[in-house]
Amino acid sequence: MDMKREYYEDIQLLSSPVVIFWFVVLIVSLYLFPLFVDNYYVYVANYIAINIIVATGLNLLVGYTGQISLGHAGFFAIGAYGTIILMAKAGVPFLLALPCAALVAAGFGFLLGLPALRLEGPYLAIATLGFGLTITQIIGRMEIFGGREGLHAPDIIIGSWVLDTDKEFYFLLITLTILLLLFMRNLIKTRVGRAFIAIRDADIAAQTMGVNIVYYKTLAFAVSAFYAGMAGGLYAFVLKFIEPEIFTLMMSIMFLAMVVVGGLGSMMGSIAGAALLCWLDLKLRNILDIPYIGDWLETLSQNWFSITGVSNIQFIVFGSIMVLIMLFEPLGLYGVWIRTKKYWRTWPF
Amino acid sequence: MIDFIQMIVSGIAVGSSYALMGLAMVIIYKTSEVPNFAQGEMALISSFFAMMLLTSFHLSVYLAFFFTLVFAVLLGCFLEFAILRRAKEPNVLGMIVITIGIEMILLGFVSWKFGAEQKTMPFPIGPYDSLIIRDIFISKLEVLTLVAALLLMIVLFLFFKFTKLGLAMKATQQNRVAAQIVGIRTNRILMITWGISSLVGAVAGLLISPTIMHPYMMWDPMLKGFAAAVMGGMTSLPGAVVAAYLLGIIENLFGGYVSIEFKTVVAFVIIVLVLCIRPSGLFARHYVKKV
Repeated sequence: MDMKREYYEDIQLLSSPVVIFWFVVLIVSLYLFPLFVDNYYVYVANYIAINIIVATGLNLLVGYTGQISLGHAGFFAIGAYGTIILMAKAGVPFLLALPCAALVAAGFGFLLGLPALRLEGPYLAIATLGFGLTITQIIGRMEIFGGREGLHAPDIIIGSWVLDTDKEFYFLLITLTILLLLFMRNLIKTRVGRAFIAIRDADIAAQTMGVNIVYYKTLAFAVSAFYAGMAGGLYAFVLKFIEPEIFTLMMSIMFLAMVVVGGLGSMMGSIAGAALLCWLDLKLRNILDIPYIGDWLETLSQNWFSITGVSNIQFIVFGSIMVLIMLFEPLGLYGVWIRTKKYWRTWPF
Repeated sequence: MIDFIQMIVSGIAVGSSYALMGLAMVIIYKTSEVPNFAQGEMALISSFFAMMLLTSFHLSVYLAFFFTLVFAVLLGCFLEFAILRRAKEPNVLGMIVITIGIEMILLGFVSWKFGAEQKTMPFPIGPYDSLIIRDIFISKLEVLTLVAALLLMIVLFLFFKFTKLGLAMKATQQNRVAAQIVGIRTNRILMITWGISSLVGAVAGLLISPTIMHPYMMWDPMLKGFAAAVMGGMTSLPGAVVAAYLLGIIENLFGGYVSIEFKTVVAFVIIVLVLCIRPSGLFARHYVKKV
């Protein structure tokens, strides 16, 4: 049934007519969806799409290549500031500024990849973490980056099309997201992707087999940083305003959480993880407005906790999700999906 | 010249709190090879516990601190027993993610319970009581932190070197299966390790809390302590302390002579540079993994 008989079957994107059909349905519904819903939900979709881009990029590094990064907020910030500065100060059009800024981020990713060649585990964690914090500090202190006051995003103009609403931006964003995801999916299925996986599983063995570790490890950092940079550049236009305070260590941790919760080494997992955590993030910001639970939490907070800190419950929720996923399903949401699928395929046995 | 000496002294003073956090991290890493990102928040919850005992229950200071330290040990043991031990197929990334998860839970709990605003800790020594020795300022609290850091380092060093429990901890780190074969209950050893580490962290938290007390107060000391532990080689107690003082001094000198604005990030730049030259830190032998 699922047996693969030739190499092409392993790497092809859509394996059967049924899959092609559902793929087309998905793409069409993604494009039609903003026509039927409120502006708020389009904003939510934009927010989720951006985080999906970062999560897939980070998953390439963490899930496929086996390197940890706690500094992706740094690349994200480089993308965001780079895009806005190129557009506002140098007058570069958006569609050129965005990849340029992302390439700058990729350059920094390459630089960070160099020490990573010799580091692993906690050493790599602290090095990447330090990188993320340093970038935020430098951006916050330099006049060209607007300092602590931040920067406003200019309007995007492509040809004669001015994108000034969330809905218009959504069409651009979803196109870029789909392209980036397809590219990532194909990258993983090629020789390059297999080299990444080999490095994750046993780097010395991979080297013995002829995988150039220096090249592929730095490449993984660069591609991952490129994705984070693209996402950062797009994020600047969702927020319309950026300041250094946004790109904190907590943001890097949230990106890592998305990858881990979704499932390491699985693109579907990254998408699901990013969507779940972003949705929870937006919901839990106004935790007291949630029906039933909100009232209960309000009385609980007034009696035992402080009402001013009630929004911090989101940290408890995220932390618990991370711990529980790691304890009970190390493969994340993707592992849950695989298990459910297997269960129903062989049901009732 | 006075400026220079003053900067060195302040650097040593700030290095002491990094050293305490670094020690706490090293203790856990030495035994279980888990880089514990929850260290700062474990200290945080202990110091808020102390504040609660002092302000709401009006205990005397010594009694409150004693109960806080007991609480810290129990907290460490509980976290190991309830969460870390339950991890299936633990690898470094999984452990990092679990400890980050614990960190977020504790942070969320503290800021939910006490609110995010600045608090004051009724500590017997205020942050501004200071000694002046030949034009050099040093606050009494900093002296206390320095003494505590050095004392704890010596005690822990002797503990790991000369007691049976310390030896068992070392054995657990080097080869868990072999340690089990010779009759060491490695689970219990790990639990005790977390307890001790949490205690050291709580001491750091208590000594930091008079100057700054809000839910994010431990982030900077924790990250710098972690950086110091990494720089010292993650498994070496004296290494972590020396690296912490180095970081504190360099940070202060950089702040004084080069740029006060980038003072907080210079530590991480140094870390990256040091790790480029010596990937396992300054004081650890490079350990080569077998395939």
